[in-house]
Amino acid sequence: MTMLDVRTWTAVCRYDLLQPERGAAALVGDVQVALFRTHDGAVHALSNRDPFSGAQVLSRGIVGTRGDVPTVASPMHKQVFDLRTGVCLDEPDTAVAVFGVRVRDGVVEVSSP
Amino acid sequence: MSTNHQRTLVVVGNGMVGQRLVEALRQRDPQRRWRITVLAEEPRPAYDRVALTSYLTGTSAADLSVVPDGCYDDDCVLHLADPVDHLDRDARTVTTASGRVVAYDALVVATGSVPFVPPVPGADLDGCFVYRTIEDLDAIRDRAADTGSGVVVGGGLLGLEAANALLSLGVRTSVVEFAPRLMPAQVDQGGGEVLRRKIQELGLEARLATATERIEAADGGLRMVFADGSSLDTGLVVFSAGIRPRDELARSSGLEVGERGGIVVDDGCRTADPAIWAIGECALVRGRVYGLVAPGYDMAEVVADRLVGGDAVFAEADTSTKLKLLGVDVASFGDAHGATPDALEVVYADPVAGVYKKLVVTDDAAELLGGVLVGDASAYAALRTMVGRPLTDTPERLLMAGPATSDLGDDAQVCSCQNVTAGSIRGAIRDQGCADVAGIKACTRAGTVCGSCVPLIKTLLTQSGVVASTALCEHFDLSRAELFDVVRATELRTFSEIIAGHGRGRGCDICKPAIASILASLGAGHILDGEQATLQDTNDQFLANIQRDGTYSVVPRVPGGELTPEKLIVIGEVARDFGLYTKITGGQRIDLLGARVEQLPAIWRRLVDAGFESGHAYGKALRTVKSCVGSTWCRYGVQDSTSLAIMMELRYRGLRAPHKIKCGVSGCARECAEARGKDFGVIASENGWNLYVGGNGGFRPRHAELFASDLSTQELVRLVDRFMMFYVRTADRLQRTAAWIEALTDEHGDGLAYLRRVLVDDELGICADLDAALERHVGSYTDEWAAVLADEEKLGRFVSFVNAPDAPDPSIRFVTERGQIRPATPVSGDGPPVVAGPTLEVVR
Ligand code: SRM
Ligand SMILES: Cc1cc2nc3c(=O)[nH]c(=O)nc-3n(C[C@H](O)[C@H](O)[C@H](O)COP(=O)(O)OP(=O)(O)OC[C@H]3O[C@@H](n4cnc5c(N)ncnc54)[C@H](O)[C@@H]3O)c2cc1C
Ligand code: SF4
Ligand code: FES
Repeated sequence: MTMLDVRTWTAVCRYDLLQPERGAAALVGDVQVALFRTHDGAVHALSNRDPFSGAQVLSRGIVGTRGDVPTVASPMHKQVFDLRTGVCLDEPDTAVAVFGVRVRDGVVEVSSP
Repeated sequence: MSTNHQRTLVVVGNGMVGQRLVEALRQRDPQRRWRITVLAEEPRPAYDRVALTSYLTGTSAADLSVVPDGCYDDDCVLHLADPVDHLDRDARTVTTASGRVVAYDALVVATGSVPFVPPVPGADLDGCFVYRTIEDLDAIRDRAADTGSGVVVGGGLLGLEAANALLSLGVRTSVVEFAPRLMPAQVDQGGGEVLRRKIQELGLEARLATATERIEAADGGLRMVFADGSSLDTGLVVFSAGIRPRDELARSSGLEVGERGGIVVDDGCRTADPAIWAIGECALVRGRVYGLVAPGYDMAEVVADRLVGGDAVFAEADTSTKLKLLGVDVASFGDAHGATPDALEVVYADPVAGVYKKLVVTDDAAELLGGVLVGDASAYAALRTMVGRPLTDTPERLLMAGPATSDLGDDAQVCSCQNVTAGSIRGAIRDQGCADVAGIKACTRAGTVCGSCVPLIKTLLTQSGVVASTALCEHFDLSRAELFDVVRATELRTFSEIIAGHGRGRGCDICKPAIASILASLGAGHILDGEQATLQDTNDQFLANIQRDGTYSVVPRVPGGELTPEKLIVIGEVARDFGLYTKITGGQRIDLLGARVEQLPAIWRRLVDAGFESGHAYGKALRTVKSCVGSTWCRYGVQDSTSLAIMMELRYRGLRAPHKIKCGVSGCARECAEARGKDFGVIASENGWNLYVGGNGGFRPRHAELFASDLSTQELVRLVDRFMMFYVRTADRLQRTAAWIEALTDEHGDGLAYLRRVLVDDELGICADLDAALERHVGSYTDEWAAVLADEEKLGRFVSFVNAPDAPDPSIRFVTERGQIRPATPVSGDGPPVVAGPTLEVVR
């Protein structure tokens, strides 16, 4: 069965502007998105807002792995989030929004969560 | 829960031994057949007298307490500052100074001892002290602050400890000993000679075979006049010439006391009066008075057992002792003087290396009787456990190498202070899951008194294969120090190579910054070069400190806290033009807060142009070298502390380390730069500089300890170079120097002594390498911020959004307070809610 992707995509930046294993913030409308390019070339997009401090800083965390899970650690108080699901691995009751993300013609595009 | 069947035990004295009795009885008497009343002379509950000296180096009186929470309640009462001054054996009551009369069914006298003050005229003058209580030490410290010189009368174990304590207070100290050698009770003439030289190396003068005839007041201080007619002027005198049991209550109530004092008791610690017992330093048991805590503890256990109907007896006690003196290893154990008939002595002496060791064995060399170790007492803990046992090796080999710990039988005593055997420690590891020294201490009490058995406990832990993991994180099995060595020894200079070769996965917020720091310490280029940029914490990533709202603070370096008016004005102008909040920091410089990521380059352009450079407030690196005005301005200053602080800050700036490094330089002993609260602190003396290391403010404050005194500037710099580099190479991640030195103590017995061996005596042969590494650092230093400003690619990362580089983060909002900005916070209802409070990441 083929499904039609009806989400709206916004182009944010060229893929090669993203440094491997480092995040970057993007402004989509008035929403702040944290983009991460991992070691294997994949791109993930989470809300930039650190739910624990309320500050828009997740894109500035350290990217890494926990077991097989690709992660980012909040730069504020070091809670670790799953880049794929947005779930906080240290406090699984807390999660941040995950945005759709794809790369088309070398350009990174983000959709609403 | 008191009942009519209760009997009353009165304990006189709440010292270490009296307290142990209370705890031992509570443990053995859960039905509370005994009600306990403790009457104490001192104003505070029992404290660790063995560790008393640490009170002078920063341990608080509260930390020294040995009374567990909840020890005292309705059935167990402690009255402080109310000594017993009368005992009525017929009425079975005691009366205290305040007039309190307490009836007893059983009375335990645990009154300890007093320091013996020889009856020389003038011994009661102002400025004469003894060394026994916290109050004594307070008085000594006050006096030491006003004087430059001191004398300790008595060159025994305690006298030397007191003398070294005076030295650490900045007082030039001489030890006057009547006998022809130091520690005459423990050490023989050969050992005494080696000891004397060691003591002099510490900076203590020793006058042996000297009798004090009188003490006179002279020129605002004291003058000691000796039997040979010579004299010595000094600001204070501490008597430490032995102890006298406090047996007054026994004497006045007609109980028998020994010829040289001490309440006579039988093997069950009971006096001739069946209702009265004596324990600890006031008791004369088996014909002697013990001046050590371990036999006292044994007596407390014996009496507790007897009070609940047991028949325990006090057995011969171990009188092994180890001098608790930084940098001087002295220990004696068993029959140290070869008093056993036909005993043989095997001696090894190396006067050049300052080592003297002697073992006393039976005439057939089959059994170990005792020994003396001076200069290298590393084998002490293990040898002591072998006394009275068949030798496991030839005496010569035991002397040279010490016994193997695997030779320890389960019944070998490892901790003599708490009477804990190797078997109980192995049991605690096996059955109670103890995996580190702290666990062993909690489970068995071993290692909690004098600490000299800790190395042995460590060995037992290692042998059981349970030593705590030192792995950095899930990605690396190596510790930080091991990783440092690997990276240093190889050509690996990127995280990807290092983790591929020595780890797994893609790293995390623990190993990435740790490796970034290692690479930076090894001078592997700018911290934002190539892949290194992805390893940095946000602070290092933006070379500024993140704040709660996601803005950053800017702290330019102000070496030594010295700042020209022109530069001060530039800081003011920059803050005004960028609308930043300004505050003087606790580190003698100025913090500019509220900067957004995209503003940082422009702010730093202005600062760099005006001659400022990065202050590394964001880095695990040298922070500040705090100074005072010193001899240039201050009427008390004896050296130019400001110039030294500036020189030091410029020398070590930019050096990345396991944790931040803070320093201070004070121009005289008044210590206005708080140097002893720093990782290394320098205090000027008349003759040069005194170097202190391992201080810490913050989470767990600790005073730095004297490492070397009267250094020239060149000698000082050399020592600090080595100290810094050795710390950088070997400390754990996020381990400040204070914790690092404590860890070295756990590992090597005495961290400071170990550091002296490594950094001064070059025991590991690495000093030339450390010197060269530090010189390389100094030679290759460049300002991190200037380098960023000169690099378009790095500058390109200082943007708020990839798709809107200059748009300010719309979530950042400020309000005005006292004429400056501050983040809009939930307190005033004007900002986003904060869910979690800050957690400190401090590794202890
Ligand atoms: C700005 C300042 C407070 C002030 O307004 O005065 C400050 C601010 C911070 N301190 Fe501090 N400390 C400041 C002086 C101190 C001092 C006093 C001193 O240095 O003389 C101490 C105690 C001394 C010491 O470190 O031994 C101090 C002990 C700490 C600690 C506890 C360290 C410890 O070993 O327990 C931390 C937490 C840590 O590093 O893990 C800390 C951490 C921090 C952090 C980095 C917390 C953080 O992660 O955000 C703060 C950064 C704010 C910023 O933007 O600069 N700060 N902090 C001071 C900056 C001095 C400077 O010029 O560089
Ligand atoms: C600086 C220093 C370092 C030491 N180092 C070591 C060491 O490394 N190893 C070791 O084994 N030992 C060491 N000792 C010795 C050790 O501290 C003592 O052996 C131990 O404290 C003895 O305990 P105690 O309870 O018998 O006596 P104390 O601790 O002296 O306690 C007796 C208490 O009774 C009180 N008291 C006296 N008379 C009365 C009265 N009439 N009414 C009420 N209260 C009274 C006293 O004020 C005191 O508080 C050291 C001692 C000092 C001072
Ligand atoms: S006390 Fe807290 S808020 Fe204040 S400087 Fe330290 S870490 Fe920051
Ligand atoms: S031997 Fe003193 S604490 Fe163990």
